[in-house]
Amino acid sequence: MLRILRQIVRTGLVSEPAPAPDEALRAQAPAIQDEILRLLGRALAIRQVDAGSCNGCELEIHALNNPYYNLEGLGIRFVASPRHADLLLVTGPVAKNMEQALRIAYEATPDPKLVVAVGDCGCTGGIFGESYASCGRVANVIPVDVAVPGCPPPPLEILKGILTAVAARAPG
Amino acid sequence: MRIPGLNLAWKPLAGEAPAARADVGEWQWTQAARLVREGGGRLVALWGEDRRDLADDADEFAVHAAYAVKEGLALVDLLVPAAAPAFPDLSGLFPAAGRLQRAVFDLLGLAAAGAADARPWLRHGAWPADAFPLRRDFDASRLPPNAFADYPFVRVEGEGVHEIPVGPIHAGIIEPGHFRFSIVGEKVLRLEERLGYVHKGIDKLFESHDVASGHRVAGRVSGDSTVAFAWAYAQAAESLLGVVPPPRARWTRALLLERERVANHLGDLGALGNDAAVAFALAQFMRLKEDWLRLSGEVFGHRLLMDVIVPGGVARGFDAVQAARLAAQCDAVEAEVRELRTIFDEHAGLQDRFLTTGRVTPDLARRLGLAGLAGRASGQAFDLRADFPCTPYDALAVRKSGYAAGDVAARANLRFDELLESLRLLRSLAAGTPPGELRVELPPARAGAFGVGWVEGWRGECLVAVEAGEGGRIRRAHAHDPSWQNWPVLEHAVIGNIVPDFPLINKSFNLSYSGGDC
Ligand code: SF4
Repeated sequence: MLRILRQIVRTGLVSEPAPAPDEALRAQAPAIQDEILRLLGRALAIRQVDAGSCNGCELEIHALNNPYYNLEGLGIRFVASPRHADLLLVTGPVAKNMEQALRIAYEATPDPKLVVAVGDCGCTGGIFGESYASCGRVANVIPVDVAVPGCPPPPLEILKGILTAVAARAPG
Repeated sequence: MRIPGLNLAWKPLAGEAPAARADVGEWQWTQAARLVREGGGRLVALWGEDRRDLADDADEFAVHAAYAVKEGLALVDLLVPAAAPAFPDLSGLFPAAGRLQRAVFDLLGLAAAGAADARPWLRHGAWPADAFPLRRDFDASRLPPNAFADYPFVRVEGEGVHEIPVGPIHAGIIEPGHFRFSIVGEKVLRLEERLGYVHKGIDKLFESHDVASGHRVAGRVSGDSTVAFAWAYAQAAESLLGVVPPPRARWTRALLLERERVANHLGDLGALGNDAAVAFALAQFMRLKEDWLRLSGEVFGHRLLMDVIVPGGVARGFDAVQAARLAAQCDAVEAEVRELRTIFDEHAGLQDRFLTTGRVTPDLARRLGLAGLAGRASGQAFDLRADFPCTPYDALAVRKSGYAAGDVAARANLRFDELLESLRLLRSLAAGTPPGELRVELPPARAGAFGVGWVEGWRGECLVAVEAGEGGRIRRAHAHDPSWQNWPVLEHAVIGNIVPDFPLINKSFNLSYSGGDC
C-alpha cells in the first residue's frame, strides 16, 4: 500500500487541458463540462462500437481514457450498453458480418442520439472500401453526425470529434 | 532435409525468413503433418488458393501449410483438382487446423475431407453458401442481400446448466466476437467462441495492390501488431524480389518491433491490473504507454508506427539526437516498471486473482499448439528472435522468457520479463543502428515469384506469404495472425473457472479478433 501511495504521489497530476471543439469557440475544461451539463444535464455517456476496425482505432480510444486526457473529469464516460448511451463512437469500415449488430445497437440507443465515426475507415471505408466483406463507411449503415479522419486519429482528434458532435446538437 | 522421414524436393526461399517449400501429393500432405507433429514441430499457418487463372494449372486449386521445424519454416503445397475440390483433414494432428480449414472452405470452397466440424466460420451470411470470395470467378457485384445466418452452437445438457450469450458487441472498448458460455452456478462448463465478425476480406484486398504497396494492407491486419505484419510483409516482398534491405533499415525495423512490443505489454499489464480491481495499475501503465506512443509519434511520425516499414527498407529513420532520447526513455520506463512489478508482486488481492486462474498446462498447450507469448507462459519455449535470429537479433542474443504455470500470473510475469528484455534490446538498437541508406530501390516483380515473411510479434509469430502476378501486382497474398492458434485454447483455459474471471483470463491472452477474422 505504501508503495502504491508513494508511486501516486511521485507521479502527481498529469492531466492536460482539453482541446476546443473544432468549430471552436469555447475552450478549456470547465467550459466543456458546462456545455455537456447544459446540453444533457449530466455526463455524456458513450457506447463504443467496433464495426470492423483493425483495432488501431480502439488503441487510440483506449488512450483517450488515460490520465493525460482526463476524460471523466470533462464529464464524458464510456458505458456498457447502447441503452445507456447518448453517443455511439463507431470505428472501422462496417464489416458485413457486423452490419446487423451495428443497426441493432443504433436502434437500441435512445433519442436524441449522436454518432461519431472514427478513423479513415469509419469516414470513407478507408483502405478496405466496399467489398464482398465490407459495407464501407459507417454512414452507409447508420446516420453519422461527425466523422473523424486519421488512421488512426490520435486521442485529441477523437475528443474534438466528440465535442464537435455535442456542440453541433446544441439548441441555439 | 526439412521433414525427416519424407523425401521431398525442397526449394529454399531467398530472404530473411529461413524457409523452403516443396510440392506434396495427398498422402504426403497428411504424412508431412504427422511427421512434423511427431518431431515436435508446429503448424504455423494453412491457407488455400485458386490457381485456375494460371495456364499451367487451369484446373487446379491449391492448399498450403506452413510448419515450424528445426531448420526454420517448411511450406508444403498441395494441388487440389477443381473437379474434386477436397484435401485431407489435418485437424486430428493439429487442432488449430480446424478453423483454418473451415475458413478455406468459406473463401474457396475446398473442403477438408473427414473433418469433424464443417460449420461455416467466416461466412455469416454476407455471401451465399455456393459462392466463394477467393475464387477468380467470384462476382461481388451480384451478391444477394446480407442475411445474417443462425449458427448451431454445441449445447451442453444436464441439470442446472444454462447459457450466457455474450457479444458480438462487448461491454467495453473491445473488438467484436460472440462467446457462448454454458455454466452451472458460477462455474464455466464450456465456452464456445464464434468469431469472424470483423472479416474484411483482406486476402482478396491484397490482390488489388502492387507488391510494392501491399505493406499498407498487411499493416492493418491487426493494428496492435502493425509493425510485425508490415515487417513480415516486407520480408515476403523482399524474398520474392530478391532484394536485401540496407543494414540501417534492418536495425531500425527491430527497434520498431520492440517498441511495439513494449507499448502492448504496458497496455496489457495496466488492463490486467484493472481487471483484478487495481485501477491504480491502469492509470500508471496507461500513463507510461502514452509517453511511449508520443515519442514514437515524434520520432517516426506515427504513434502506432504504421507504414514506417516498407518493402526495401524503412520510410523513416532516427538520428543521433533521437537515438539518445529513445534510449533515455527506456531508462525512465524501466525504473517505473520495476517499481510497478514490485507492487504487483506484493499485492495479495491481485495475486489471488492471478494465480491458478485460466490455467493451460504445458501438456495441453503442446497438444493444442498454443503459440507466442501465451505459449511461452505454458512451457512452449519458442521465440523466433532467439530461435532463428535474423539481423540484428543475431547480434543481440535475445533472452527468452518462459513459465510452466500457464495461468494469468504466468502470462503477466512473462510480459514483465519481455518488457524489460525489450528495453535492454532497445538501448542496444538505439546505440548500434548503423548509418547509411534507409531503403533500396525495388526491381520489378516477376510474375509467379513467391516469398514469405515470419516475424515474432508481441503476441506471437506472424506470417505473410505473397505471390506476384503480372505487372507488379499481387496475385495472391495471405496474412496469418497467431490468434488463430490461441483462440481455441482460450476455450479450454476458462473451463472450471468462474464467469467473473473470464474478462481477466481473456485479457491475459489478449488475442486479436481482427487478426484472426481478417
Ligand atoms: S482507420 Fe486505420 S487504424 Fe482505424 S480501423 Fe481503419 S485501418 Fe485501422
